Amino acid sequence: MRLELLGLSKRYPGCVANDAVSLKVEAGEIHAILGENGAGKSTLMKMIYGVVKPDEGQMLWNNKEVEIKGPAHARQLGMGMVFQHFSLFETLTVAENIALYLDPSELGSMAALRQHIEQVANEYGLAINPDRKVGSLSVGEQQRVEIIRCLIQDIQLLILDEPTAVLTPAEAEHLIKVLKQLAAKGCSILFISHKLHEVNALCDRATVLRAGKVTGSCVPRDTSPAEMARLMLGDGLTLTKAFEPGPSGDVLLQLKDIEVPPTDHFAIHLRQLNLSLRRGEIIGLAGVAGNGQDELVDLLNGELSATKGQVLLAGEPIQRLGVQQRRHKGMAVVPADRIGRGAVATMSLSENNLLTGCITHGAKAGLIDWKVVSARAERIISHYKVKTSGKTEMAGSLSGGNLQKFILGREIEQAPQVLVCFHPTWGVDVGAANLIHQQLIKLRDQGAAILLLSEDLDELYLLSDRLGALCAGQLSPVAPKSEVSLERLGQWMAGQFDAQHDKETCHAD
Amino acid sequence: MDIAFIDNVLFATVRTATPLLLVALGVMISERSGVLNLGQEGMVLVGAALAFIAAYVTGNMGWGIIAGAFAGMLVSVLFAFIALSLMANQVATGLALTIFGTGLSAFVGADYVGQSIAGLSPISIPLLSSIPFIGKAFFAQDIMVYLSFCLFGGLWWLMRATRLGLIIRSVGENPEAAHALGYPVRKIRYCAVLFGGAMAGLAGAYLSLAYTPMWSEGIAAGRGWIALALVVFASWRANRVLFGAWLFGFASILHLLLQGYGYAISPNLLAMLPYLVTIIVLVIMMQRKQGGSDAPRSLGRPFSPSR
Repeated sequence: MRLELLGLSKRYPGCVANDAVSLKVEAGEIHAILGENGAGKSTLMKMIYGVVKPDEGQMLWNNKEVEIKGPAHARQLGMGMVFQHFSLFETLTVAENIALYLDPSELGSMAALRQHIEQVANEYGLAINPDRKVGSLSVGEQQRVEIIRCLIQDIQLLILDEPTAVLTPAEAEHLIKVLKQLAAKGCSILFISHKLHEVNALCDRATVLRAGKVTGSCVPRDTSPAEMARLMLGDGLTLTKAFEPGPSGDVLLQLKDIEVPPTDHFAIHLRQLNLSLRRGEIIGLAGVAGNGQDELVDLLNGELSATKGQVLLAGEPIQRLGVQQRRHKGMAVVPADRIGRGAVATMSLSENNLLTGCITHGAKAGLIDWKVVSARAERIISHYKVKTSGKTEMAGSLSGGNLQKFILGREIEQAPQVLVCFHPTWGVDVGAANLIHQQLIKLRDQGAAILLLSEDLDELYLLSDRLGALCAGQLSPVAPKSEVSLERLGQWMAGQFDAQHDKETCHAD
Repeated sequence: MDIAFIDNVLFATVRTATPLLLVALGVMISERSGVLNLGQEGMVLVGAALAFIAAYVTGNMGWGIIAGAFAGMLVSVLFAFIALSLMANQVATGLALTIFGTGLSAFVGADYVGQSIAGLSPISIPLLSSIPFIGKAFFAQDIMVYLSFCLFGGLWWLMRATRLGLIIRSVGENPEAAHALGYPVRKIRYCAVLFGGAMAGLAGAYLSLAYTPMWSEGIAAGRGWIALALVVFASWRANRVLFGAWLFGFASILHLLLQGYGYAISPNLLAMLPYLVTIIVLVIMMQRKQGGSDAPRSLGRPFSPSR
């Protein structure tokens, strides 16, 4: 037995994060931890890795009782952890980040370390340049750095906290391959995920947590995703089928020959973007991360300006308008980055609601009507099932998925004409994702136009009326969902736009 | 303008730059670890007062220097306890520390105002000190100037090439991640703050033992503040800190020279020169660098390991 937990508990003021959790992990086993947001999965992993001290309970490591004094101790024992919010230093290089992770005794010269990094990177197919600053890497690449950092030592247990939540489908597939390769060498893996089909494909066993307690365990291979979801949610919820496309109306948002040159080395050059988004429809844009999604969202939000082309909102050019002016005209944007762009961590939920909500309610002549604001915040919390102690809780203390529910709720409740949402259900549990999907469809049926950028193909097929993809700053054709096979979408994501599109771009020229 | 004149200007430039360099190097280390200590001016003053008293009482310059550094460090312990252990706001704590240090130094130094000591004597290094232009500036200074050169070299190397430097940077960049990797964030920050305190104390000792060998209230004359600004404009890099300190020193001498030559500019305006020149030049240098600022990401943000 590689790892055995016996009755581990952790209490925080006002909540029990883990209540007598027990589980066993064999050598070479890939073990999934399933559960909704706030079920206590991350806390459990942090206790195993020594970041958080358990209040009660025992831990056996290779059949011997241990008390983990801290992460350094955990590493010495042969554990490695890839955090959900990466624990990397953005202004340092990849090699420096890895050097910090290693014990001084294991760390030779930086040149030797660089070589070692490249060797591990090659062995597992995780290409990385050791001299790049981590801040300049994409999220997927940053995760690679975290994984290499663990693999550079001989490890017996690798803990991954929602590793695929930030990855594109191709990257996720690759990661699964890497993990299988590792497990085959005898390394045990603890894997937290929301994506049930991944757990199905990868894991030998799964333990399900709900509200800090173990509510069941299963062998994913013999259990359908629907059954696992039921174990997690406990209320017999089933996975939704695709929504029917609605009738679409006149064009609400239009991009004409948009050209946005990159603002720095790592930005993507948006070229020749043409898109017409109609009233009552959802256009889903697929794409591997870092192919211009950030730039497109910034452009629509009014943070980036195009050097060529037009952005039209209901026929009116808005490319010169600022973020607030666009919002006044009925545009709303849900950014990918919840803390920092979507919400202010150190402000309460009420105040965060007011940040964009003040346009439609709660503020008159520059004065705040707190009654209205609070009522709205409470409504969002109850309506979107945001798990929080109340409207006065700081946004930063909510889990990622819960905050996402709140931010989406805030935007949807303002009944925008055009909603741009980027990764609406990133890191959100099945139940909440379901709810968000239904609200988006409801908004669409009320006549709003929605541009959905996501890396979750299931979600794109579920929600979109029309589908397209971004690749290297260029837009593929956008076609009705029924005409876009998964294969075709994959080609678009790889930049192989078909002849029809070539005609279109020629036409645009 | 003969060689001896330039010799003297450079000599005075380095002397004027020394206290600033000492404080700024200390600020650099503590800020790299993520702690913003605005109490520099107070620590310099307490260092200066105690260095003078110790040297006056014992008659030994060595004890003066040690007392200065030690006093600066003691005052910084106060800051570290309030800002790091009690997690009070670092800006407010630092400002309070400056006010406290100003008062404390005036109080303990009251009986010593107007007393004088011999001051640190220069040590000429044979041969090297007779190099034209730079010989006098770099090789005929007192022991504390040499010490500041060594500290500069050591810290430049520390931040550039050592694991400890990397750890200090990581703590200032992302303390949660450093904690998760098992680094004792609070301990490292304590050490960095205490080191900064000792450096400020040393700067004070230089002022009251060498630069103007006497004690008077407010002897630091804003050097603690200018050092804080200098570190920001120098992008937290030791070599730029050195450059900025020398620039400041040179502009200080220039303003004396201009006054000496009888230019019809108000001496009060000329006295602004060093501050203006240093800041303008460093701001321009900072502008030219691309890719945003190098500020430690968690500068001034309290960190609690129990979260």
